[in-house]
Amino acid sequence: MSASPAAAALAGVAPRPGVPKPDPLLVVDGVTRTFGGLTAVDVDHVEVQRGTITALIGPNGAGKTTFFNLLTGFDRPQTGTWSFDGEAIHQLRAHEVARRGMVRTFQLTKVLADMTVLDNMLLAAQQHPGERFFGALLPARWRSQEQANEQRARELLDKVGLAPKADDKAGELSGGQRKLLEMARALMVEPKLVMLDEPMAGVNPALTQSLLGHITALRDEGRSVLFVEHDMEVVHSISDWVIVMAEGRVIAEGPPAHVTADPTVVDAYLGTAHRIDPELEP
Amino acid sequence: MDLAQVLTDGLRAATGVPAIAYALAVIGLNVHFGYTGLFNIGQIGFLAAGAYGAGISANLWGWPFWAAIVAGVVCAVILGLLLGLPALRLRAEYLAIVTISASEIIRITVRSTSVESVTGGPSGIGRWASSFYRINPIPEGDYGFLGIAIDQRKAWVMLVGWSLVALAVLVTWLLVRSPWGRVLRSIRDDEDAARSLGKNVYVFKVQSLVYGGVLGALAGLLIAIDANYTTPGEYQTVFTFYMYVALILGGIGRILGPVVGAMLFWFLLQASDTLLRQLITDDSLLGGVIEQRDIGSVRLAFVGLGLMLLVIFRPQGLLGGRAPGKAR
Amino acid sequence: MTTDLARRLVTGAMGVLLALLAVLLSSPGAHAQEGDPAPAEVAVFGVLEDSEHGPVEGAEIEALLGEEPVGTATSDADGQWRIVLPGPGTYRVRIDPSTLPEDVTLRDPDRSELPNVRVLEGRDKRVNFALGERVVRSGADSPRPPSGNRVVTRLWTGLVVGMVIALSSIGLSLVFGTTKLVNFAHGEMVTFGALVTWYFSSGTVGPGWSVIVAGVVGVALGGVFGAVQDRALWRPLLDRRTDLISMMIVSIGLAMLMRYTYTVLFGNSVRPLREYAAQAPWQWGPLVLRPKQLVVLLLGVGVVALYALVLQRTRLGTAIRAVSDNRDLAESSGIDVRRVVTIVWVAGSALAALGGISYATLYGVEWDIGFRLLLPIFAAVVLGGIGTAYGPLVGGLAIGLVSELSTLWVPAEFKFAWALFGLILLLLVRPQGLLGRPERIG
Repeated sequence: MSASPAAAALAGVAPRPGVPKPDPLLVVDGVTRTFGGLTAVDVDHVEVQRGTITALIGPNGAGKTTFFNLLTGFDRPQTGTWSFDGEAIHQLRAHEVARRGMVRTFQLTKVLADMTVLDNMLLAAQQHPGERFFGALLPARWRSQEQANEQRARELLDKVGLAPKADDKAGELSGGQRKLLEMARALMVEPKLVMLDEPMAGVNPALTQSLLGHITALRDEGRSVLFVEHDMEVVHSISDWVIVMAEGRVIAEGPPAHVTADPTVVDAYLGTAHRIDPELEP
Repeated sequence: MDLAQVLTDGLRAATGVPAIAYALAVIGLNVHFGYTGLFNIGQIGFLAAGAYGAGISANLWGWPFWAAIVAGVVCAVILGLLLGLPALRLRAEYLAIVTISASEIIRITVRSTSVESVTGGPSGIGRWASSFYRINPIPEGDYGFLGIAIDQRKAWVMLVGWSLVALAVLVTWLLVRSPWGRVLRSIRDDEDAARSLGKNVYVFKVQSLVYGGVLGALAGLLIAIDANYTTPGEYQTVFTFYMYVALILGGIGRILGPVVGAMLFWFLLQASDTLLRQLITDDSLLGGVIEQRDIGSVRLAFVGLGLMLLVIFRPQGLLGGRAPGKAR
Repeated sequence: MTTDLARRLVTGAMGVLLALLAVLLSSPGAHAQEGDPAPAEVAVFGVLEDSEHGPVEGAEIEALLGEEPVGTATSDADGQWRIVLPGPGTYRVRIDPSTLPEDVTLRDPDRSELPNVRVLEGRDKRVNFALGERVVRSGADSPRPPSGNRVVTRLWTGLVVGMVIALSSIGLSLVFGTTKLVNFAHGEMVTFGALVTWYFSSGTVGPGWSVIVAGVVGVALGGVFGAVQDRALWRPLLDRRTDLISMMIVSIGLAMLMRYTYTVLFGNSVRPLREYAAQAPWQWGPLVLRPKQLVVLLLGVGVVALYALVLQRTRLGTAIRAVSDNRDLAESSGIDVRRVVTIVWVAGSALAALGGISYATLYGVEWDIGFRLLLPIFAAVVLGGIGTAYGPLVGGLAIGLVSELSTLWVPAEFKFAWALFGLILLLLVRPQGLLGRPERIG
């Protein structure tokens, strides 16, 4: 547990589902999503505190990825509204949400396999005059921007250790490297909120520590992180706050230690092979 | 068997107007399919839009030549926007059906006798491009290269045509290696990834469609100018498939692929025609099986077979382009 | 993998080629049947019809190259005429108005000659001389409201054509459902059925069997051809995990190969089947119909009912639906997916052949009937919803009705254009069709 400003801000917040936060970046109200007769998501109210690392956990099928898809505009809910940094964004399409600074990664990585690692990064740069059709025809207009972007991209790649791969096709990267690329790419956008969908899945344990370090660094830079994760050790080690979903609803919220001891949460996980609380293990 | 004649005929076709027009149209198709991943099998509709837009403006409304050309291009832009609306949110197979349906609707409309007063019906719109030849700077006479004889009219058309191709290649090259082109390629690769990075995928698709469509219109205009006639027979739905042969032959997603593919396609098409005619008249084995008038169909059957073999065994074509789709 | 694929392809291709050669060698050129005196090259042809009078017989048409006449023809009882030309080029084609019957005139008396008929090599050129009153005049007169008779007849024709389309659509829907392939060569299977039936029923070129027997043979051979395609071509490609777009392009190439082979074998003109071509019409009140239309309709209903039954009540049907839903899941549930797919190809091709045979009994045999029906078939499949039991029927009937009824107000040329336009609109608004479940189409 860190003694960061984030933890301090959350110190007085009561650990119950839907509790308001002192400085919320993301506020979600009444979101439901049904598929045929099945209710995938039914969230009354949840808020994500600015500048913290928030974990979103829950058993398989709890609706976490669907929730991500809804919030980021990749899916349309039956009902619900949500706001990001004070602005109502529930009507926006996926690319508009991303432009507002809410960037997500995907559970199954979506690196652009036929393009180089560097191109993946350059694509993420925002407001590039070269991306306009007529602007593109005059290289003089976007050359300098492109060079600045390239420099920033290489720095980011260096930070995650992918610098030597910059000119390789992204399709040649290993699973873990793709996760790193997606994260670095998301950072290229200069997001306010980074939404990571299972960032550790498929990553070899040696890489996990450095990934955790990157995520913590994000928060220390002032960005907010919301990530979906199954591994409770990971959740324990870096998150400031945990939100628990089961069967589409938010069933618990609170600091990691509190949540893992919550009987409601334990119940929801019964029958799965997860270690709930490393300290309680016999 | 006169091999020299076969080669000469082939070369004439490879450097002539059909090849030039196909080069332009396929550069456009390459942008659609090769770079953006849009499976447009109605490209011929854009050629028709150009040729008919110009022909109708010139003959029906009496517009001067240059205004008519612009009208033709504008028609292609409008078609691109119209097609963009439904088509660009659909998966590849549905986009294919929509584009081919659209080109078929256009074909039925322009050759119908009921709107003949506007489109000229089955005979088409004639003699609207004479101004083009009036500004021909090439002095009267016969010119030639490698055994091919052309007059000053043809030389002028070919000069303008190949210049257009060069220009199209240059502009397309600029676009493709720009950040705009990068977004197109990302759309082809994974649309959702592009969206998650803030790209308005829909707008880019429309721009790609319109740009490639305009190139198609220029191709259609060239065909009409060459004949000084806009005839519906030049804009049949099947011709888009020949363009795909040329596209794959040259190499999908390579800048010069369309030019190489178009020239090679027309070379083969014409050379095989001359060859077959010679073989038949020579009273050889073939003479008993197929007759003179079957030659066109035999060739086209081989085009179909060639397309199959190309996609199955050598989808990267001559210049090492991409395969048509992503592996499943 | 490639060697295996190549081997299968060659085997399949050899089989098909042998069959083709057999047909080729046994008939010294289908063209011979027409009694052409010398190996002809290309031709202009047409059909003279008056909207009230019907087919016009005895009119004289002449073709000229510049000032030189190159041929003449007189229209037959069906209004058909054909002039053989010495080669491709630009001809003048003119009709002699004095040879038209008393009550028939050219729509535009000043257009008795078409001066710029461009004839391309290898393709006969169809030429139109418009006769009689136009059905719809632009501007001046409003369209005549359809009389009871005409509407009923159009409705009837729409149903019949719709049934033909429905029959032909089942195969496409099945193949698309189970393999996700949009088979652009499907139309050629329709034509295949018609051509085979024509061949076996023809007395001059073939054995002269009855049309019904020839039709059964056509359906059977259609099924066999479908199996050949599956084994020799599509299965290897699917095994190689070829992407969908490549397979669609392959099907486009296959369609061209088949279609132009048909042209070489069969020629350019329309030929009626030996039997049932002309039938005395029956009159049931306001409805004028021909018995063959009734047969086609009833046959179609029977087949569609059978198809729906199989799909919904039999184990095979369940297997088909399972494979359409999720191929991998079906496979792990123990379903022999490849066998199901082969059955789908056989049944689908046989039904397509049946559709072609039905079409041929109604309208005659032509080398490209399937190709012309292809887009309406697509429209029917999308409209009805992929993979549904009654989808092809609903879609086919809808397309048939829309196209036929549209001729009451709009010239017949645009018949299918409306259906295609509707298809585009449909994909915009309700991509899953009328009966389908919503699924992501984009």
